[in-house]
Amino acid sequence: MLTIENARIEMGDFTLVADLQVQEGKRVAVLGPSGAGKSTLLAMIAGFQPLTSGVIKWRGAVMPDDPADRPISMVFQDNNLFPHLTVAQNVGLGIRPDLRLTSDDKKRVEAALARVGLAGKEARKPAQLSGGQIARVALARVLLRDRPLLLLDEPFGALGPALRAEMLALVDELAAETQATLLMVSHNPEDARLLSDDVILVEGGQAHAPVPTAEIFENPPDALREYLGGDRHYLVPSDL
Amino acid sequence: MSHWPGLLAVLLLVVMVFGTLLAVTLRADGGRGLGPSDWAAIRFTLWQAALSAGVSVVLAIPVARALARRDFPGRRVLVTLLGAPFILPVIVAVLGLIAVFGRTGIISAALGLFGIDPISVYGYHGVILAHVFFNLPLATRLILQGWLSIPAERFRLAASLGMGPRDIARTLERPMLREVIPGAFLVIFLICLTSFAVALALGGGPRATTVELAIYEAFKFDFDLGRAAMLALIQFAMGAGAAMIAFRVAVPGNMGIGLDRAVQRWDDNWRQRVLDMTAVALASLFLLLPLMMVFVDGVPGLLTLPVSVFQAAFRSLLVAFGSAFLTLALALPIAALVVQRSAWLVEGLGYLTIAASPLVVGTGLFLILFPFVKPADLALPVTALVNAAMSLPFALRAIVPALRTVERDFGALADGLGLHGLSRVRLLWLPRLRRPLGFALGLAAALSMGDLGVIAMFADPQGVTLPLQLYRLMGAYRMDDAAAAAVLLLGLSLLLFWIFDRGGRVNADD
Repeated sequence: MLTIENARIEMGDFTLVADLQVQEGKRVAVLGPSGAGKSTLLAMIAGFQPLTSGVIKWRGAVMPDDPADRPISMVFQDNNLFPHLTVAQNVGLGIRPDLRLTSDDKKRVEAALARVGLAGKEARKPAQLSGGQIARVALARVLLRDRPLLLLDEPFGALGPALRAEMLALVDELAAETQATLLMVSHNPEDARLLSDDVILVEGGQAHAPVPTAEIFENPPDALREYLGGDRHYLVPSDL
Repeated sequence: MSHWPGLLAVLLLVVMVFGTLLAVTLRADGGRGLGPSDWAAIRFTLWQAALSAGVSVVLAIPVARALARRDFPGRRVLVTLLGAPFILPVIVAVLGLIAVFGRTGIISAALGLFGIDPISVYGYHGVILAHVFFNLPLATRLILQGWLSIPAERFRLAASLGMGPRDIARTLERPMLREVIPGAFLVIFLICLTSFAVALALGGGPRATTVELAIYEAFKFDFDLGRAAMLALIQFAMGAGAAMIAFRVAVPGNMGIGLDRAVQRWDDNWRQRVLDMTAVALASLFLLLPLMMVFVDGVPGLLTLPVSVFQAAFRSLLVAFGSAFLTLALALPIAALVVQRSAWLVEGLGYLTIAASPLVVGTGLFLILFPFVKPADLALPVTALVNAAMSLPFALRAIVPALRTVERDFGALADGLGLHGLSRVRLLWLPRLRRPLGFALGLAAALSMGDLGVIAMFADPQGVTLPLQLYRLMGAYRMDDAAAAAVLLLGLSLLLFWIFDRGGRVNADD
């Protein structure tokens, strides 16, 4: 269980408060208007954004200060790969951050790359990859890090709709394989519908407790309705 | 990365500046007070710096204006060349100025055709001439930056309102100049305040001795350590005072980028065209002719240079490499500290190294080391260390913004993956900072290669570096050998800069 207790972040005019819990193994979409603090919520969980007050726990224990020591893998909006390192090195960082890899480690890197459909691309540099391939490399590293909590900060925002759906499907599979708890920031309610069990709505300086996806789309609170533009047809798709 | 390497580097610098100052203070002989020659040195130091800065800035205005509003073939080359004096060894330029303005130089020769007596470049006017030679390009770059910072839309607006050149000067250009010129003046004033090699080569005597030169003479000729220390205190006070003023005035950075395009104007006329062409032509001639003379005089003698010159060149290369890597060893941890913690540190250290003249630090180190070792034995390491400290502000100015970008883009990713300490340096910083690091290494190496300062105090005749050897050849009136050595020195300085800077660019991944 991920527990955020009375957490508060203040940066100048901006305030975000959160007091919520996420069950292990859930897939949660983080929705809300831009600038509301969706990315800040993730940064706070990942340890990049120090709390003004409050505490974040995983399985009942307070999370360590160092982001690398937290039980978390994170995929960012961009800059997920170091451009000067090869694909294999970028993935290898998930095993050892000093990159002193044994031959066993290198086999694991190859296997992870094969799992995300990038067998044979080990020696490439990120500049030689497409946007979708870059996202796959980042996910291969997530596989090797094998942390119980996976945070995705709008990782596929720059991809086209077809590729995006493909990547979401891959995330779905990987989360199932690693039994990871998933939190994903998205601008696109469709992503939430496709992937998530629950939705955390971030608006008005507050991250609300997760609500089942079907429920929230069935009966959207005002803030979400406003954000979505009030199109009922879109909000209540037939398959929900 | 933890903070202690950065703190250690800062501590080393502070100890170097204030530790030597303490040594100097303890030794300073205040009992005799300041003699007439000391007062003369103080007066000359201040007024030559003021006059050099004033002349540089005034002459730079028409050149900068021409470069700002006119595009012509060779403009880019000229703008690049305006950055070159930075890594041009002072003593090489002095030799070139002597070849043009000296008693047997081309101007005297031309005057001789009309029966006019030859002119001399030695004395206070020579010192100021050399300072203008070095700082006119800097002033031009700074003022050009100001000109190009006026948004192009303003000139379009001025054109649509039917403004003529006078109106534009009144409404757009003079307000800009009022902003830019005090800072430019102050930077050059500070540079000239601590300029030693020019005064050594062209000045001297009661009317053209700077405080730094007086320190050197108290050392070398009188071995009067008390008086040298006293003068060092005065030099530090002047530097600190000027740095304090600079702190209040917005001093511009001189790593001007984006100077490669002229702004389109609509107020052109033939008079301005002639003015601009004249300004650019005269400035180019003034800057290029001395260097061309060094080449013309020096290249034929390259193959017959005495072996002692090559030995000196080898020592200089050692010092340059040592200084370059010391600069890096200091700059990278400090840059890390600056990016992660305190941004004011860069400016603070910059002003600290400006206020601390190399000669003063050298005097202090000499006083500290003298009782224990023969200073000449440590001449090369001490020179490398002092040079590294003086290069540091420029290195930081190149590295800090780049490191800030790296940390902004990849800091969170690296933190999340646990890329700490040396792993972060090896896998993230070094590869991503190759360009600024190469530039900083090249700059530090070239500056050190051409430096004629501390080494003059420490070295004995067997252990000289190439600039000092060149100075000695000039002193012995072996001008052909001196010119050849100057070509060698200039070539090596530019080569060092080119190799390091290039090394940072080749195969750099973006």
